[in-house]
Amino acid sequence: MLLFSKKSEAFLESELFHNFRGSYSAISGAGIIAFFVFIVVLGPSLVWQNPYDIASLELLDAYKPPFWIPGGDVHYILGTDGQGRDVLASIVYGTRISLLISLAAMVCSSVIGAALGLISGYYGGRLDGFIMRVADVQLSFPSLLIALFLMSAFGNGLGKVLISLTCVGWVIYARTVRGSTLSEKQKEYVQAAQAAGLPNHKIIVRHILPNVMTPLIVVATIQIGTFILIEASLSFLGVGVPITQPSLGLLVKNGFDVLLSGLWWTSVFPGAFIMLLVFGINLLGDFLRDELNPRLR
Amino acid sequence: MSDRLLDIRGLQTYFHTFGGVIKAVDGVDFTLDHGEILGVVGESGCGKSVVGFSIMGLVDEPGRIEAGEIRFNGKNLARCDERQMRKIRGKDITMVFQDPMTSLNPLYTIQAQMEEVMKLHSDMNAEQRRARCLELLREVGISQAESRLNNYPHQFSGGMRQRVIIAIALASYPRLIIADEPTTALDVTIQSQILKLMKRLVKDHGTAMILITHDLAVVAEMTDKIVVMYCGRIVEKGSRDHIIHNCRHPYTLGLLGSIPRLAARQARLTQIPGMVPNILDLPKGCAFAPRCTYAQDRCRDERPELAKLESGHHAACHFPVMR
Amino acid sequence: MISYLIKRIFQMVAVLWIVSIIVFTMMSFTGDPTYMMVPLDATQEEIAHARALLGLDKPYVVQYGIFLKNMLHGDLGRSFVFRQPAFGLIMERVPATVEMVMVSMILALVLAIPLGVFAGAYPRMKTSRAIMAGSLLGISLPNFWLGIMLIFVLAVQFHLLPSSGRGDTVSLAGVNLSVFTRDGLLHIIMPAVTLCFATLAMLLRITRAGMMEVMKQDYIKFARAKGATFHNVLFKHALKNALIPVVTIFGLQLGDLIAFATITEYIFAWPGMGKLLIDSIYMGDRPVIVVYLMFVAFLFVLINFVVDIIYTFIDPRITLR
Repeated sequence: MLLFSKKSEAFLESELFHNFRGSYSAISGAGIIAFFVFIVVLGPSLVWQNPYDIASLELLDAYKPPFWIPGGDVHYILGTDGQGRDVLASIVYGTRISLLISLAAMVCSSVIGAALGLISGYYGGRLDGFIMRVADVQLSFPSLLIALFLMSAFGNGLGKVLISLTCVGWVIYARTVRGSTLSEKQKEYVQAAQAAGLPNHKIIVRHILPNVMTPLIVVATIQIGTFILIEASLSFLGVGVPITQPSLGLLVKNGFDVLLSGLWWTSVFPGAFIMLLVFGINLLGDFLRDELNPRLR
Repeated sequence: MSDRLLDIRGLQTYFHTFGGVIKAVDGVDFTLDHGEILGVVGESGCGKSVVGFSIMGLVDEPGRIEAGEIRFNGKNLARCDERQMRKIRGKDITMVFQDPMTSLNPLYTIQAQMEEVMKLHSDMNAEQRRARCLELLREVGISQAESRLNNYPHQFSGGMRQRVIIAIALASYPRLIIADEPTTALDVTIQSQILKLMKRLVKDHGTAMILITHDLAVVAEMTDKIVVMYCGRIVEKGSRDHIIHNCRHPYTLGLLGSIPRLAARQARLTQIPGMVPNILDLPKGCAFAPRCTYAQDRCRDERPELAKLESGHHAACHFPVMR
Repeated sequence: MISYLIKRIFQMVAVLWIVSIIVFTMMSFTGDPTYMMVPLDATQEEIAHARALLGLDKPYVVQYGIFLKNMLHGDLGRSFVFRQPAFGLIMERVPATVEMVMVSMILALVLAIPLGVFAGAYPRMKTSRAIMAGSLLGISLPNFWLGIMLIFVLAVQFHLLPSSGRGDTVSLAGVNLSVFTRDGLLHIIMPAVTLCFATLAMLLRITRAGMMEVMKQDYIKFARAKGATFHNVLFKHALKNALIPVVTIFGLQLGDLIAFATITEYIFAWPGMGKLLIDSIYMGDRPVIVVYLMFVAFLFVLINFVVDIIYTFIDPRITLR
């Protein structure tokens, strides 16, 4: 407990935190993310309607515009869709799905990618060559196409989206971690540990891993945003999440179908939320990258 | 008004950083006459490079010249604006940097980079420029100059690149060349070649030179006058003979003692004990006192000013060493 | 040089071969397409007969072998939906996609590089910070949402531009292009702008980062020591060096454009190969999907190769190994 508070004290006085406080963009980014976390955690209890509970829907309230437009209803702040579902409520539930999938994908791909990167960087040789070859080839293809292709083969489903995102996402973690591992490997503390007879896997986990965390965090932050966008694109095209568990992307798709009739709010608002969320993540990620980059002396 | 080439008085260049104000150069005075070679010596971080950049007006944010005068040819460079400095840089005062590997733009031929100075400061036409390039390359000892003009920097070795850089520095017949650790990044065998070349060229053209280095052995060979710096201040200055044969400041003594001499029988190299203090947290009193074997209480309380020991020889020490 | 070429070609073929295996394998998981080919009331015998005709009763490896053999002979399969050679279907639509991708790329380059240079050279100015915030927004935008917004504002609300489709075309050297007609231009504006946004933002950021990195280099300081003006230093010394990372990712960006074109074509009903892909995915038209992926893989491999070659012309330090 004491150690933790010492660390947080040190953090609060660090240059990182000082620069954070002085950076409008970083604070905005963190603020936006906090807002979305709030939505995810508390949202469903704050929104009066559960859009997936058919009993709570009123078909007569279908396609009501946002409340500030004539014809709107204050009960449905951002309007309703074709089934009478409140757009704001749908967004709240949709955000949970979008965020949860992306976070899960980030965790999976970072664990797999980091593991591969550590092994590749530390042991080197043929294994390293092979893994990096695969990574290079995969990187020459756009992630979206790979994910699209995988999903077209698997079919819709949350788990399948997770797998696709992981398959696409591991590469950047592997590359980054491998790079850091290579440079850490040269350092003396590693040689000292080897000389002391410490087994390789212990060296990797106890010594090298903590030191490659920094670039890993930066990459992970930005990747969440990338995953959100890929998942949204997949869902928009209809090959992502199943219809029963709509993410924000799927909401936009449903709204798009009626866009040309002038019913814009069902697609515009969910899309705006996607943009805002990813923007917030990128703001913070950008800041972290600039701060934690050792090259910018 | 003397006809000295360069007269620096009270130069203070500070860097305003997150951690505090770094007084990289804190009250430096020295003069230089036409054709003289001055050595500025000190450990890394003592501020000697910053002196060079201050003269050139190349001190970047977060640093700036806080106070002092840099009198060059009657003008105070510390007060000149960017446009005025640009006319002087590359023409009257030129600079040779430490790392020849990174000083040249990798994407342009050396001919292009040499001609750049000429295009900036003269009216020569293409033919004249080319002829001058060849002339310069020969002067710095690059053989087969004709064929090498169209080469790129990565096709030269370190020593040859430095020669090209010296050629660029001489191109406009400057009054003063500032050489910042010109040989530190080179192989030992090449170092003395380059140094001899520089000395010869400078004397032949009557150019003055400020040679910035941490290596006292280098200045012993090359210079007419020497300035020794420590933590942003001058601790001793004088002619070459004064410093090498009759130095009075304990720090200079320490520096001299740590030069290995091949011929002489030395029991061991003397080492200056301790470490350079944190520039943000300089000790009260003499900055060198914590490491000085001769330090006394007065040294720790009172900061010594530069005092004249004999004509042309000054030291900042309360108890200059007797030899 | 020759040995490098041979090595590269060998690598490219190897990659394409592996891709074909992966694509073929994955596609065989998508269920039995026999049911698409027979009328609804077909009997079991007729279904079995159709399956044999399609070669779907043979073991997987044999099927792959047939696939490969056919491919090498130029027969890339027939669309289940259109009953035409899949390759032909794709080729018909390539000009439309290429047109849109080219316009987007040009738009992106023309805007990104000047803005990036400015933001990199004067990073602390308010305008630069605004540019950077804008570029961050650009890479956060879901591409499909931007398209939707544009359609809604410019087409539905203000009726300025057509909301879908491709405009009139003009035939140039046997290829139909629409950018040379007024109608065509009106149709291509929104899709191209939608598509170029993310690439523009990315290129801008890379250019800026490259500029800032380069401005710290010794040779920049040395150029200043020669008395060069800031303008001089910027355009002569810094720019060329800063553009190297741009060239590096150029190939990747082009690939991204082709990928995102699928979405853009879907939204704007642009008759390109991307739309064909999406439609084929919906309809389970396996052969078309396979051919699309193989073709696109071939394109990417080719693009990367060309970029590597171009690279050597820009940076004299790089030699082909």
